[in-house]
Amino acid sequence: MPIPEAAGMTRRERYEQKQRLKSLIIAAASTICVVAALVIIVPMTPGWEKVQKSFFNGEVLAKTFPKLLDAFMVNVMIFAWSAPAIAILGLLIALARDAKSPALFPLRIFGAAFTDVFRGVPVILTVYLIGFGIPGLGLPRPWNSPFIWGSLALVLTYSAYVAEIFRAGIDSVHPSQRAAALSLGLSERQVMRDVVLPQAIRNVVPSQMNMLIALQKDVSLLSFIGPVEIFRQAGVFKSLFANFTPYVGAAIIFLIVTIPATRYADYLMARQMRERS
Amino acid sequence: MSKRILVATFSLALLATNALAGGHCAADKTLTQGKFTIATGNPAYFPWVLDDAPESGQGFEAAVAYAVAKEMGFTEQDVVWVRSSFDEAIQPGVKNFDVNMQQYSITAERDQVVDFSVPYYTAPMAVLVGASATDTKPTIAALKSLKWGAVGSTTAVQKIASIIQPTNDPLLYGDNADVNAAISANQIDGAMFDLPTALFLSAVMIEGSKVIGQFPAASSDNADQFGMLMEEGNPLKACVDEALTAMINSGTLASIEAQWLQDTTGVPLIK
Repeated sequence: MPIPEAAGMTRRERYEQKQRLKSLIIAAASTICVVAALVIIVPMTPGWEKVQKSFFNGEVLAKTFPKLLDAFMVNVMIFAWSAPAIAILGLLIALARDAKSPALFPLRIFGAAFTDVFRGVPVILTVYLIGFGIPGLGLPRPWNSPFIWGSLALVLTYSAYVAEIFRAGIDSVHPSQRAAALSLGLSERQVMRDVVLPQAIRNVVPSQMNMLIALQKDVSLLSFIGPVEIFRQAGVFKSLFANFTPYVGAAIIFLIVTIPATRYADYLMARQMRERS
Repeated sequence: MSKRILVATFSLALLATNALAGGHCAADKTLTQGKFTIATGNPAYFPWVLDDAPESGQGFEAAVAYAVAKEMGFTEQDVVWVRSSFDEAIQPGVKNFDVNMQQYSITAERDQVVDFSVPYYTAPMAVLVGASATDTKPTIAALKSLKWGAVGSTTAVQKIASIIQPTNDPLLYGDNADVNAAISANQIDGAMFDLPTALFLSAVMIEGSKVIGQFPAASSDNADQFGMLMEEGNPLKACVDEALTAMINSGTLASIEAQWLQDTTGVPLIK
């Protein structure tokens, strides 16, 4: 057994500290070089002044930002009621596709058809078709609101993806657990509810976080059928000022929300990897 | 024999210079030497361009375009048409057109980024309502309670907000077709368009709809004037303005307007 040194660092530790310092200096220097290149070279390009005026116009940003924030509340609202609906419908579809009983075969067919159709069709087509099509059948107000039917379009599309993720989660629970639970006398339903699902859902939380982030951005697609959410509001300002800066403002607002959410999803994913290994 | 070749060469040279005879204003100022490139919408709508074919010169904007080109010294063959979206027209890079004509309203804010010609048309704004709201009276008070819609990129959005100030927030759409769909689905009662567009939509596109009123075009605050859009600082602007002014003074522009937009009278004014 090696005798610990009385004081100070070992040679190894000193060497490692030196290495760390060296890589820190290199990282800092290369970062400074890249940033300096961007800051110096980009403004030297002949079109920079025009691009800056069109995309990074402080005056336009200041004028439009508060209204953009207001409009973002519409996104938050649509998101807030769509997300739980997607989780529930997605889980139901996943369960339908997992139905084992021969009598429930039509349900499996339905589940498969549902995911095939709504994953395969562009979201914007679904939004148009359901957002204009169903109200066009002659529904009275307020039941023909684009908010209702547009949200439904999002719910249908996203629950197809979410169902597939849940299904992967359900499949990830080893069959031996089902067998063991059944042999203890639990019914199929109890096995699914108390044994499989709790594990399956936990396993897919990080993947579902990514769906939430994607949904958060796709809420903007509802602007095609009328709701004035942040994307449409930015478009209105774009036309008014003939300037693209409002889109940059909208992007900033999106980033403020999505960056923490993405980091959180990464963190969950990393934690899951640690737990598994 | 050599004489004939000489004549042929000479007439060919004459033909080539003919387009910009006499060192006309537009010489060397267009995108392509001797050609006048005009952008229109994709698709371009009636009554501005008939059948989405500006080359035919049919429709108000197509007719004005050829008249301006002629005034500037171009022949019909020198006019080149391209298509562009609003976003392409205002992007900061190089443009692919000399002038862009698709009912661009002149506003002070837009004028800071692009150049506009003198207006070639002053468009009254009009209110188009769906089948369920055709009884609405053409008064501001009655219009307030309607559920409004408009194309998000047009000046109609500001007009609804500032003049009508509706009780419900308006719904906004990407283009005319989507507004039509929303009116047909009864999601909105009414929408604001320039008068010629409103008349066309009501007559051809939306069953049971009606143009119930127009705002007086002359009242200075809400006049919507269409100008040809050009790149900021385009030297061609002086030539285009000169040509348009000449057409206004000679009455050519008015007669083109009468020919293509004659239906625009007879719609009641909104009070």
